[in-house]
Amino acid sequence: MPTVKIPPVLRGQTGGEAELATPGSTVGDVLGSVADTYPGTRSQLFADGGELNRYVNVYLNDEDVRVLDGLETPVSEADTVVILPAMAGGL
Amino acid sequence: MATAAEPLERVKERIDLIANGKARAEVEAGDAKLIDVREPHEWDEAHLEGAVHVPQGELLDHIGEVAPHRAERIVLYCRTDNRSSRAADALQDLGYDNVSVMRGGIVGWQEAGFPVIAPEGLSPEQRMRYSRHTLLPEVGDEGQDRLLNSKVLLIGAGRLGAPSALSLAAAGVGTLGIVDDDVVDETNLQRQVIHTTDRVGMPKTASARASIEALNPDVNVVEHRTRLDADNILDIIADYDVLVDGADNFPTRYLLNDASVRLQKPVVSASILAFDGQISTFVPYEGPCYRCLYPVPPPPEMAPSCGAAGVLGVMAGIMGLLQANEVIKLVAGIGEPLIGRLLLYDSLGTRFTELKVNRDPDCPICGDAAPEIDESEMGKFPDYEAFCAGTPVLR
Repeated sequence: MPTVKIPPVLRGQTGGEAELATPGSTVGDVLGSVADTYPGTRSQLFADGGELNRYVNVYLNDEDVRVLDGLETPVSEADTVVILPAMAGGL
Repeated sequence: MATAAEPLERVKERIDLIANGKARAEVEAGDAKLIDVREPHEWDEAHLEGAVHVPQGELLDHIGEVAPHRAERIVLYCRTDNRSSRAADALQDLGYDNVSVMRGGIVGWQEAGFPVIAPEGLSPEQRMRYSRHTLLPEVGDEGQDRLLNSKVLLIGAGRLGAPSALSLAAAGVGTLGIVDDDVVDETNLQRQVIHTTDRVGMPKTASARASIEALNPDVNVVEHRTRLDADNILDIIADYDVLVDGADNFPTRYLLNDASVRLQKPVVSASILAFDGQISTFVPYEGPCYRCLYPVPPPPEMAPSCGAAGVLGVMAGIMGLLQANEVIKLVAGIGEPLIGRLLLYDSLGTRFTELKVNRDPDCPICGDAAPEIDESEMGKFPDYEAFCAGTPVLR
């Protein structure tokens, strides 16, 4: 199954899990499975219309899905999907 | 007509060779245009004040820009006077009829005891202090000289800025500016290694200055005891070569991005939370900008502060040192900076992950359709507080 990397800010919603093996054949399927299993993540990943929130970056391996086919991007068993929100901490 | 094979003695018969004292008087009076026709490395070593540099091989292509009128008074020089004589001959063929060559070139000039402009080079103390840098062929004297002449601005003297400031100071960055309006507090000491217990209550910029000056007297520290805002940012960043973003809030990060793109300043940007860090280097128009990566900030519940969520001090230090490493590469012109790449560090797993960051053609700041900013709009910025609170902002 594809692996999904969960950022620190979402781990409160995934019971502390940083990596999930999640079924799905597209990026949208995989993220949908995460949201089904951990409903607290849904509103943070998806906007009301079902599209990705603009402030959440999603990568298939090392490539931004915005330059692939977005949520339609096909995912294979060995792939890793990285969820990445901006962080501001510094000072 | 001259040919390259023609003996120099014959060429020089057609050239007006003048004494260096006369050349100096003409140039100082503003009566003649002085052109150095040597190669770039010779120019870099030393050249005459007031001279324009056009290597001999490029002279005919560029003379129209340097001296548009053929009647213009021109004095040429090179190392001695051979290349400049051939160059003068070529100019005369083009119709320039008031060209002279300085006899003896820059060698004769220096023998006469006249001044030249030459980089200072490393002092004996600096040669000793930076020997482990200059031993590296990639850095060498030239790279160290660039560091000593560079100006780097740190936004924040906190958990990222503290370790990067110390490393950059040790490395010999000539001018280190620090923007911070906070004072040292006891909770800072767990990670902000530039501050000390006896300086609790002191402005962070002053505490940073004390540590940096104790470490390396070569560094000129400039304190900006303020917060960056739309009114002061252009004035503050204009003088610096590289900006190091360690801000603790999104409005400052977006403001810094937009201002740095306007002034085309590279930004080494890092952020940290809990056990995780991110870093990338944004060089305007060469790679993506911060907005290409993050078009809009997350809502507050997706972006807790370190004050609320905690942060591992050592991880912050590692990210600050990675920033310093990026700065040194940018200044010295070596290696591969993190342009178009985002590096994630997971300190609990000790894992690095590298992601690609693409330029966004629709980026409102650096994209193809981004509006041109003219002089009158240069200092005007949108309301970042509103933008980061999720309120639409009209540009």
